[in-house]
Parts: sequence; structure tokens; C-alpha cells
Amino acid sequence: MTIYSVFIINKAGGLIYNKEFAEGLAKLSTNEYLVLAGTFHGVHAITSRISPVPNSTGIEMLQADTFKLHCFQTATGTKFLLAADPNHQNVDAALRRVYEVYADYVMKNPFYTPEMPIRAELFDMGLQRLIKQLNSV
Amino acid sequence: MASGTGTRARTAGDDIWKTRVEKINAELFTMTYGSLVAQLVKDYEDYSEVNKQLEKMGYNIGVRLIEDFLAKTNVGKCADFKETAETISKVGFKMFLGFSPAVANWSADGKEFSLLLEENPLAEFVELPEDAAAELSYSNILCGVLRGALEMVLMQVECSFVSDVLRGDDTTELRVKLVKFLEEEVPMGDD
Repeated sequence: MTIYSVFIINKAGGLIYNKEFAEGLAKLSTNEYLVLAGTFHGVHAITSRISPVPNSTGIEMLQADTFKLHCFQTATGTKFLLAADPNHQNVDAALRRVYEVYADYVMKNPFYTPEMPIRAELFDMGLQRLIKQLNSV
Repeated sequence: MASGTGTRARTAGDDIWKTRVEKINAELFTMTYGSLVAQLVKDYEDYSEVNKQLEKMGYNIGVRLIEDFLAKTNVGKCADFKETAETISKVGFKMFLGFSPAVANWSADGKEFSLLLEENPLAEFVELPEDAAAELSYSNILCGVLRGALEMVLMQVECSFVSDVLRGDDTTELRVKLVKFLEEEVPMGDD
């Protein structure tokens, strides 16, 4: 049960953070990551509109052969994406813990401007620790 | 039905306050805030300007605080403004200030309410000088915090103190008025 990567997308659809946590993953250029985030943001918006059930949230999980992608959107509009192996059971719980680390090391940093790319070492370290802990379970 | 959500919110708030919140010394908190206000008064020399600055600082805190609040409490979207008020009082205030102000004085259209603060940790041991008592809203930072936090969850509100024991009134009452619900900005396709 491994977690492959984490993405954080701001309210406007811009990628503010991405990190890989496993070896051997396909390498993308920075631009490709930005496009990926923007595309996902668009798809998320579309899915919430085309839902046959009114008042639906956007796409929450996308599953493929080799991975599954979970999305958690906070009430403030920030999206957390987690790509994990298809057999991973607790991606939602993992996403909540990532949100907690974000609330601590990113939002509580007075020098961080909200909606801007995240450049906080403490956040990297905290996230690294969390993912290591989750991957070793 | 209203009491149902109220008690659920209260137990959630108490729970989080007891287990998931790190505590600091109350005196340190009161003195830090006090020294902040005193410094602002000295710097700006104009009480209405100090009020404005406090509100701005509170706004900055609020936009960040809401993420911590949402991450720790995991509450879903509130069904209506009344539920928002209950959540602010029983979970929010409880989590961050350790007590739960009473929600009262609802307006007829349900868009305004008051929080009655029986205790105010920010203003413990504080006595305002005569000229300040007329103009200074000592705990104005709370107004900013509420405005900032609620704006992040798409509610535009106006908050102000209608009465304050520091200014000689009998009660401390914080009025919250819902201006409008904000629409999420859907960016138009840009390429």
C-alpha cells in the first residue's frame, strides 16, 4: 500500500504544491504538472455541474489499472490530490492527515501568502514524515 | 431540531478543546494581546485607526484559522446561517478561546445575530483610559477573525462590537451580519 504523490491545487486551479514519494515514477516537466493541475481543476468543476443529482461535489476518485487518484476539496476551495496504488484502502484518511499538516505548517506560517506556491521546508518535512508513516503501515 | 445540532456542536467543541488543542498560559496570551494593542495605540495615536488595524490583523488570522478549524473539526457544510452561528459559538470559539458565547438577538430575516461574551480572555485585567473608552474597540481583532474565516467559506459578513464591558456597558456583545453568500469564481477557459 504505497502513496505515490501529493498535489495541492488552490482555489483558482493553480498548482501550489506537488511531490513524489515513490521511486520509478514517470518524470514530468514543471509545465506538465501545472497543466495537469489546471486540467483536473476544470474536470472537477465540470463533474459537479453535470451530476444528475443536484448539489453534488466534484470528482472524488479516479481509478486506473496502475493507480488511483483521490481528491479532497476543503470548504475553502483548496483541493488535495493523492495518487496511490490501486489497493490502498485508506486514502481518504490519509488526505485528512495531509490537510492537517497543511493547516499547521503552511497556513500558520505568517510569511506564507495564501494561494501562492508553497515553499516551506517544515511542510516538506512534515509531509515526508507523514507519508513515510503511512507507507510503512 | 435546533437543539439537536446545538448539542452535537457543543460536544464536538468540548471534545476537541479537551483532546486536540495545545494549550498555553492564559496570562501570556492576555499580556501579549494587551501589549499589541498598547503598541498600536502608541504608533497610530488615533483610536479609529487602531480599530481598523486590529480588524485587518484579525482578517489575516481568520483566513488561516479557518483551515486549522476545518482540518481539526471535520465539520461538513452548514445547512443554513443559524447552523453557522451555532458552529462558530460552540465549536469555533470553544476550540480557540476555551469558552462558548451565547448566540442571541437574531434579526427577523435570520441574517444577523449576536454573540454575548460573558468572559473575554483577551480583555482580562484590562481597564481602558477615559479617552480610549469612548472610541477604542479593544477586542476588534475578533471581528476581523470572523470576517476572514467566514469569507474563506464563501460568506461575506460584517462584524462589530455593539457593546463592551471595557467601555462601561453591561455586556460585551458582538454583532455578526451576513451581507451575502459569495459565489465561487469559475475561471473562464484561458487558452
